[in-house]
Parts: sequence; structure tokens; C-alpha cells
Amino acid sequence: MNTNQYETVIILTPVLSEQQMKDAVAGYRELITGNGGKLVHEENWGLTKLAYPIQKKGTGFYHLFEFTANPEFIKSFELAFRRDERVLRYLTVKLDRWGVDFNKRNGELRTVTPQGEKVVVKKKVVIEEEEL
Amino acid sequence: MSKETNFIFNQTPQVLQKKKYCRFKKHGIRYIDHKDAEFLLKFVNEQGKILPRRITGTSLKYQRKISVAIKRARHLALLPFLADGLK
Repeated sequence: MNTNQYETVIILTPVLSEQQMKDAVAGYRELITGNGGKLVHEENWGLTKLAYPIQKKGTGFYHLFEFTANPEFIKSFELAFRRDERVLRYLTVKLDRWGVDFNKRNGELRTVTPQGEKVVVKKKVVIEEEEL
Repeated sequence: MSKETNFIFNQTPQVLQKKKYCRFKKHGIRYIDHKDAEFLLKFVNEQGKILPRRITGTSLKYQRKISVAIKRARHLALLPFLADGLK
């Protein structure tokens, strides 16, 4: 079967309670695994400040899914986001082989395994600091 | 070039800038993460505009990737579309 690796970031409304947010995330997790997708990594950034207001909200719950799935699945996955009022924004990106590699290397620095619920401390690939 | 400017030029050779280089090529970075707003901030001016290649020294290949990454970060509200005094 033809599969690709994808990375999706969703922003959920800050109106939700902690439990509601977890339920929403769990729903999407099931949607991935229930459609032949496989979770590679997951990250919860918690309540984060937005750079500009979206739907008059200044903050949002960020959640990141990294998974492998069939290309056809993405359509229905994104349709679910568009139908869901709890989702302020979403972005799905297909990872090329450098992207997969980058996330894997970064993943070793990350503290959370798939299905983990902990908020991740800032991870970083070190790039030499220099003045322009 | 007149003699005068030549004189000034010779007097202040340290004013000449070091040659710019592409940091991605130098460090062998192949992938630019759109989730890392802190890093992308280096390629943006204080109004949130993408800096041109002639200032950052990035090669064309990676400038394209940077611009895509910045636009994705903006969509996810990690970077502002417009800002005042970002730095």
C-alpha cells in the first residue's frame, strides 16, 4: 500500500476545558489509527499564545500528530477539521525524507513517546549563533 | 574612482564586510522546521517581513524553503503576518 509520512498541527479553541481538549485529541487519534494510519509521534504544546487573534481568541491548544497514512485519508482527515468548530486552524504537511530524518533526530531529544500526554520542553537542533 | 575616494577606501579596509555565506549549506541543514518560530525569526525583519537573500546570504535553494516555512508558521499563528517591533 502506498503510504506517506505526514505531520499535522491543529489549534483548538481555548474555550475548551482540559478534559474536553483531551477528548477532542483522542477523537482525532482514533480517526488516524482507525483508518489504517500509524502514529509515529505526538506532541501537546498546551495552551499557547497566538501571534495574532484568530476568531477573536488570543490563545489556543496546539497539538501535533506525526503519522504515516494513505494519501486518500488526508482528505477525510482535513474535512473533519473543517467540520469541527473546536478547531481554529490546522496544517498538514507531507514530510520528505529530510523532514522525517529531522523529526527523528529531534524526537530523540523529546521526552514524550506516542500516546504520552506530557507537554514537551523546548527541543532544538543546534545551529551556530552568528550575527548577520 | 577619484583619488579621494580611493584614499578613504584604503584607509578603512576593516569596514569591508566578511563574505556572506549560506548557513544551511555550511552546516549541512537539509530541512527547515516551520514549527520553530524562534529560528525563523532570524530571517524576518522587525515588521515580520521576510528578509531578502542579499542580506542574509542564504542560497536560493534554501531561501525558497525558508519562505515556505515562514508562511506556514504564519498560518499556524506562530509568526505574525504583520508586527511592530518584533525584535
